[in-house]
Amino acid sequence: MSPLLQDSLQQALETVFMILLAPLVLGWVNQCRAWLQNRRGPGLLQPYRVLRKLFNKEPVLAHRASLLFRRAPYIQLGCIVLAASIVPSIATGAPLSPAADVIALVGLLALARVFLALAAMDVGTAFGSMGARREMLIAGLAEPALLMVFFTPALISGSTAFGVIVDRLALAEFQIYPGLAFAAVAFLMVLLAENARIPIDNPSTHLELTMIHEAMILEYSGRHLAVIEWAHALKLTVYLCIGIALFVPWGIAPAGHWSVMPLATLILVGKLFAGGAAIAVLETLSAKLRIFRAPEFLGTAFLLAVLAMLIHFLLGT
Amino acid sequence: MPVTQQLINLCASLLLLIAFAMLTQRRLLSLINLFAMQGAVLAANTAVVAFSTGQEHLYWSAGLTIALKVIAMPLILHRLIDRLELRTDQETLINIPSTLLLGIGLVVFAFNLALPISQLAGTITRSSLGIAMASVLLSFLMLITRRKAVPQVIGFLSMENGLFLAATSATYGMPMVVELGIALDVLVGTFIFGIFFFQIRETFDSLDIHHLEKLKER
Repeated sequence: MSPLLQDSLQQALETVFMILLAPLVLGWVNQCRAWLQNRRGPGLLQPYRVLRKLFNKEPVLAHRASLLFRRAPYIQLGCIVLAASIVPSIATGAPLSPAADVIALVGLLALARVFLALAAMDVGTAFGSMGARREMLIAGLAEPALLMVFFTPALISGSTAFGVIVDRLALAEFQIYPGLAFAAVAFLMVLLAENARIPIDNPSTHLELTMIHEAMILEYSGRHLAVIEWAHALKLTVYLCIGIALFVPWGIAPAGHWSVMPLATLILVGKLFAGGAAIAVLETLSAKLRIFRAPEFLGTAFLLAVLAMLIHFLLGT
Repeated sequence: MPVTQQLINLCASLLLLIAFAMLTQRRLLSLINLFAMQGAVLAANTAVVAFSTGQEHLYWSAGLTIALKVIAMPLILHRLIDRLELRTDQETLINIPSTLLLGIGLVVFAFNLALPISQLAGTITRSSLGIAMASVLLSFLMLITRRKAVPQVIGFLSMENGLFLAATSATYGMPMVVELGIALDVLVGTFIFGIFFFQIRETFDSLDIHHLEKLKER
């Protein structure tokens, strides 16, 4: 097999695996939350059932819906699938990995969000625009924090390419970087905010006044909604993978080592489930913040990320 | 970099992280728990320094830190706020994002100040000096931005944590006699603060130290 073919095969397998795994991760987080709240929970496979149901339904479109409204879910899914293939999850050195560095990755995630917000405003209902505005408020605060989180590992490894960062952190000799501890806390806060989890948004709410993400997708139905839900689950998985790659990268397969990949896959799934359980615990322990407290929450994340860089400058080398 | 030095750096950074968390914390109970955590991190740091440098007396001060700052004082403070029935959120003088921005400024200032000193030093703890100074300044900031008496006292106690870290990182701790004296002073101080709380509340019906300003007008 030629190296190019081999690389492409690896990339395709990795991406498809992530796409198929994403609803399971979401189901696991929901199941953990149910257990922690003394409920039985819908089971791990519920997101797959929801997706099947939605794909079989006929989408209903508003009269004024434009082309943008119909295309936006696919654009969003496309952006997040590309992000999923850029983040090194099972093995480093995937061929798509040099396509974008961490800064472009942040931009890619932002692009997905912008299209969803535009689509929410497209129909012109009050809830859609309100949700879009709130989402952009959160996004505008979370994005600089996410960028700053990326800068500390980038400084440590001397590169903004994700593959190089992970290679450097996972395969070099083990060293404690206190700066990374700060960055990890900041990243956790950004993860919760960006994925519409509890301190910022409640993923299971349908109370109009408090919802952010749900308000944006209120007008969607049928396969469009299914695509959005899938992209949402994939986004959570991608964020978890970013966290794993930056802060606990051990066990990732080095580039071109096919024999280690099954083990690396198992390790990744274990880490994803541990991360999902941790998110469920955090969500159960905290209460939803008022929307005007969100800037404070994300401001703290940003400052922690800045602090991570400062600590790295003081203690590094 | 040897592993012990990495551990020391990690502990010092965690101490700073907790100092920041205290700056943002509105709830009194969480503030006390954070203070206890800061004490535990400080004790761990002291123990690692003691292990890596062979300074026996530092084990004693680590033990003292655990006994006083992790167990005794948080217990006293918990009992105090139980008896004062303080469960509500505490207000700050300036809002929390601005406080945090000020805090970052202070950290930059402290790091800049400590960098030349730590470059000249040869001790294993040299890089935590900047962090110690930063956490002293952060506690000081907390002290002046809080309106109520109890958070101020916690700020004061956490400032002592920062000073202790500074002493450990600059000179491997103070002599045993001084350390014992300070530990006793802080403990007695906490008791006296407790009495003050009751006195302040009896006189003004609240713990807002804003009322104390009236004294100077007569």
